[in-house]
Amino acid sequence: MELGLMPLVNLALALAVCSAVLAVVGLPPQQVFTMLLKGAFGSAAGWSYTLFYATTFVFTGLAVAVAFHGGLFNVGGEGQAMIGGLGCALIALSVGEQLATDLAAIVVLPMMVVAAMLGGALWAAVPAVLLAWRGSHLVITTIMFNFVASSLVAGLLVGPLKAPGSMMVETVAFPLSARMPGMHQMLQRFGVDWPRTPLNLTLLIALAAAIAVGLYLTRSRLGYELRTVGFSSDAARYAGIQPDRHRVMSLLIAGALAGLVGINELAGAQHRLLLDFVLGAGFTGIAVSLIGRNHPLGIVLASILFGGLYQGGAELAFELPGFSRDMVTTLQGLIVLFSGAMAMVSAPLLGWILNRVGSRDG
Amino acid sequence: MDDAQWLSLLVSTFRVSAPLVFCALAGLLSERAGVIDLGLEGKMLLSAFAAGAAGAFTGSLTAALGAALLVGFALSMLHGFACVTHRGDQVVLGIALTMTAAGLSVVLAVAWFGQGGQTPPLPNTLRFLPLWFGQNFLVYLALGLVPVIWFFLFRTTIGLRLRATGENPAMVEAAGLSVTLLRYGALAINGLLCGLAGSYLVLAQGANFSPHMTAGRGYMALAAMIFGKWHPVGALGACLLFGFLDAAAIRLQGVSVSLPGLADPLSVVEIPVQAIQALPYLMTVILLAGFVGHARAPAALGIPK
Repeated sequence: MELGLMPLVNLALALAVCSAVLAVVGLPPQQVFTMLLKGAFGSAAGWSYTLFYATTFVFTGLAVAVAFHGGLFNVGGEGQAMIGGLGCALIALSVGEQLATDLAAIVVLPMMVVAAMLGGALWAAVPAVLLAWRGSHLVITTIMFNFVASSLVAGLLVGPLKAPGSMMVETVAFPLSARMPGMHQMLQRFGVDWPRTPLNLTLLIALAAAIAVGLYLTRSRLGYELRTVGFSSDAARYAGIQPDRHRVMSLLIAGALAGLVGINELAGAQHRLLLDFVLGAGFTGIAVSLIGRNHPLGIVLASILFGGLYQGGAELAFELPGFSRDMVTTLQGLIVLFSGAMAMVSAPLLGWILNRVGSRDG
Repeated sequence: MDDAQWLSLLVSTFRVSAPLVFCALAGLLSERAGVIDLGLEGKMLLSAFAAGAAGAFTGSLTAALGAALLVGFALSMLHGFACVTHRGDQVVLGIALTMTAAGLSVVLAVAWFGQGGQTPPLPNTLRFLPLWFGQNFLVYLALGLVPVIWFFLFRTTIGLRLRATGENPAMVEAAGLSVTLLRYGALAINGLLCGLAGSYLVLAQGANFSPHMTAGRGYMALAAMIFGKWHPVGALGACLLFGFLDAAAIRLQGVSVSLPGLADPLSVVEIPVQAIQALPYLMTVILLAGFVGHARAPAALGIPK
C-alpha cells in the first residue's frame, strides 16, 4: 500500500507548494489546475499531445532509473538526448536524402534509431569512463556535458548543418523516408479517426524500451549484478562482480535511452534538427524516475502524468496571462525535493498517519 | 598583445572570477563540515532573482542585497532541514534546489514584471560600481574573504570543530559537541555567501536578472573547489584560472587562427563562438578528471551523522 501511496503523497505536497506560489502571484490555484487537467486530458487531441510528451519522458525517465539502480545519478539526459538527436539527424540528412522513396523508411528509420542510441551513449561514455578511471564527480561532469552538447549543436546549426537561405537556426527538413509515421496516419488505416498531432509510432518504441529495461533489471544476470553494485559496491566486489564495468555499462544504456528522445521529437514531430528540442526533458526524467520509483511501470505512469502537466501547461501559457510554463519546472523541482531529498521527512509522517487511521479502524 | 590588453584581461579575470570565489567558499564550508552542496547553482540563481526583484520594487540597494542574502540563507536552512535533520540524499537535494530555483525565478519574474522572465534593469545608484582598478566592492570582498575563511577554518577552535565534523562526526559527538549545530552553522554561512554570489551577478556584473543567468557557474565553483583540494587558497587559484580562461575566451571571439601546415585557403580558421562558449565547461571536466593528481575529500562527506 505504501508503495503506491508515497508518490501520491509527495505529489500532493509538491502541488500544495505550487498552489501557494500561484496564490502569491495572484492566479487562482483551483482554476489553474482545472484548466491544466482539461487541457491535458479533456479531449482526444489533448490526450494525444500528452502521450507525445510522455513518450519523451519515458526515455529520459528510464535513462535516470537505469543509472540509479547502479547507484549513479545521471543528470546528463539533456545532453545525451541532444546528441542522440544530432545522430539521427545526420543519418536522416545523409542516407535518407539518397533513399528518398516511401519504401526506404523501413531502412532509414531503424538506422536513425541506432544512430540516436549511439549518439546518446557516446555522450554518456566520457563522463562514465572519467568516473570509472579518475573518480570524477558524475553529477558535475554530466551537467557540464549538457552545456557542451548545447554549444556543439548550436555551432553545427549556425555552421555546416544550417539550411541554406533560411533565417532559422535549423537544418533542412528531413526527407519523407526519415519521418516516423504519425499515430493519426496509422490509426486511419484501421478506420479510426484520430486528431492530427505530433504523437507518432515512437510511442511503441518507448513501451518496448520500458519492457526491455524491466527485463534487464529484474530478469537478467547483468541487471542483477548492476543492482548489487548499486546496493553495495563492496558486496558486489566480494561476489566477483566488477563495479566499474557495470557502472560504465549502465551509463551507456542510460545514454542510449536518452538519445531516443531525438527519434520522438525530430523524426516524429519536428522533421528537422533544431536548437533546444529537448526543452528540459532530461531534467524531467529525474522527477519521472523518482515518482515512478525507478520502476519501468511506474515510469510509464509518471510519464503520462508529466506529459499531461506539459501539455496542460502549454495550453495555460496561451490562455492565462502571467502564467509561465516554468511553473511545471518548479513543480518538477519540488517533486524531486519531496520524493528524493526529503523522502525521510514525508515517509515517517505518512507512516504515523496510517498508523493512526489503522488503530482507529481496529 | 600589448600591455594595455594584458591589463584589461587581468581586470576582467577578477571581474568574472568573483561570483565563482563566493560560491567556491560557500561549497568549501559546507563540504568541510561533511555536507555536499550541489545546490550552489540554485541558491545563487534564486538569490540573483531576489536581488533583481527587491531592487526593482524598493529602489534600495540595502533591500536588494538583504533579499539576496535572506534567500540564500533560507535555501541553505532548507538544505539543512532535509539533509542534516532528516538525513536526505544530499546530491538529489542539490539538483532539486536547482530545478526549483530555475523554475520559480522565471515564474515569479513573468508574473511580477512580465518581461519574458527578466527583471527591469537597475539604475547605477542600485549597483556596486567600480572603485579601484576597475573592480567593485564585491570583488574585494570575495578576495578578502579567502584569508578570512582560511583563518577561520585552520586557526580557530570552531574551524577545527567544523573540519572534524567533516572527517569524523562520531568523534565530534563524543567530544560533547553538536554535529547538527555545526553543520547548520556551516550551511548558514554557505547560504549568505551564495547570496553574495547571486547579488554580484545582478548588482555588479549585470544590471538585472535574466532566466538561467548562472549558466552552470555553481557547478564550476564546486569543481574549482575540488580542484583546489578543499582549501580556500587552492579554490581561489582554481577560480582565477576559470576566470582567466573565460576572460581570454571572450577575447578569442572572431579571432582568426592560422593553422600551420595546411594549404593556404584553409590555414586561416575563425574560431566559432560556440566553441569558445563551451570552453569553460570542457575545462571543468578536464580539471575534474584530475590531471594534476588526486585530492582527498573530507572523509565523512555526504554521510549523515
